Amino acid sequence: MNQKENFFKGFMKENPLFVSVLGMCPSLAVTTKVENAIGMGIAVFFVLTLSNFIISLLMSSKRLRELIKPVRIPVYIIVIASLVTIVEMVMHAYLEPLYQSLGVFIPLIVVNCIILGRAEAFASQNKPLDSAVDGMGMALGFTMALLIISLFREILGTGTITIWGSLAIDLGFIFDFLKITPINMFVKPVGAFLSFAFILATITAIKIHRDNKKTAEVSKQ
Amino acid sequence: MSDLITLAFTAFIVENIILTKFLGICPFLGVSKKRSSALGMGLAVLFVILISSMVTWVLYKYVLESLSITYLRTIVFILVIASLVQMVEIFLKKISPALYKALGIYLPLITTNCAVLGVAILNINNNHSFVETVVYASFISLGFIFVMYIFAMIREKLDYSPVPKAFKGTPIALIVAAILAIIFSRFGGII
Repeated sequence: MNQKENFFKGFMKENPLFVSVLGMCPSLAVTTKVENAIGMGIAVFFVLTLSNFIISLLMSSKRLRELIKPVRIPVYIIVIASLVTIVEMVMHAYLEPLYQSLGVFIPLIVVNCIILGRAEAFASQNKPLDSAVDGMGMALGFTMALLIISLFREILGTGTITIWGSLAIDLGFIFDFLKITPINMFVKPVGAFLSFAFILATITAIKIHRDNKKTAEVSKQ
Repeated sequence: MSDLITLAFTAFIVENIILTKFLGICPFLGVSKKRSSALGMGLAVLFVILISSMVTWVLYKYVLESLSITYLRTIVFILVIASLVQMVEIFLKKISPALYKALGIYLPLITTNCAVLGVAILNINNNHSFVETVVYASFISLGFIFVMYIFAMIREKLDYSPVPKAFKGTPIALIVAAILAIIFSRFGGII
């Protein structure tokens, strides 16, 4: 597998959220606004890239590897928790509003299954640079998935797209033109479950359609 | 006293941990296919949340705060929870093998259950006293068991119903959760 494939597999083929269904809690909770999804994405990008790099660095030396192996999960957790603490402090200092709206979900990145999962499945068996690239790809794939869900929810729920702070697009005129009002339900918890269910079902439907096409082509030949 | 009752009721129903706070979704979807396993997981979570919130509260107030190293909160809490889960496992094995057999397979999963760390942090963020921490932790986990059990009952029936192909598995479970969330969001008017 070359570097490019390694990077892009996180987007479609092995998307952590849509294919492996990992890291559900933050993805349902913070997707009320596009801004929150971007903030969460940046935090996960930082933590996942660095944690993959550091863990793979630790595991690449043979002596250290033998030493760590029996207690590797606690070691991973300490590495991840330290990185998360850095993110938490930086966000608290420079991005106060985002820190408030993400709330308890910033420290909860520690127990996000995606990060621990990549550490165990990829970083512990690959070279540091490959692991960092894998982490970047996975984090961007996760961010993309968060963006899709949050766009869906924010547009339907409030009729706006909040990109960053006061930078927002108001889509109210479309709603006025169609003489409908935004459905407030979509920014509530109910909307999180519903939108995620429909997006997952759409992806599954596309997959089924593709597989049917493939089998039809094979049977023709 | 009435404050405590309000806190308990809010934690149990109004701000249900799964349906409004989105903590512990992984076990909620993962181990809710059968009523017995949902109950087992729920009891294990109750056990660990209760002990870990008490321990982390005491640690935070008397160690981290007095040494003014509160920024180490996340690292300390996750280490406490991970070691607590191990200890509970060893302890149960010795004291009550029957309970260990029932909860055994769910215990290791709990370390990465965000509900446990989440409740520990929420207790600190909301400035709960020790009594409030105990009440909050126990009713939050009772709410967890309650919703898990209802959800498992629905999912058992769901196995026999004709679900569109694309919705099989996680999507239909999420839609059931959405309907439950609608019901629970209406309880907000009581308080």
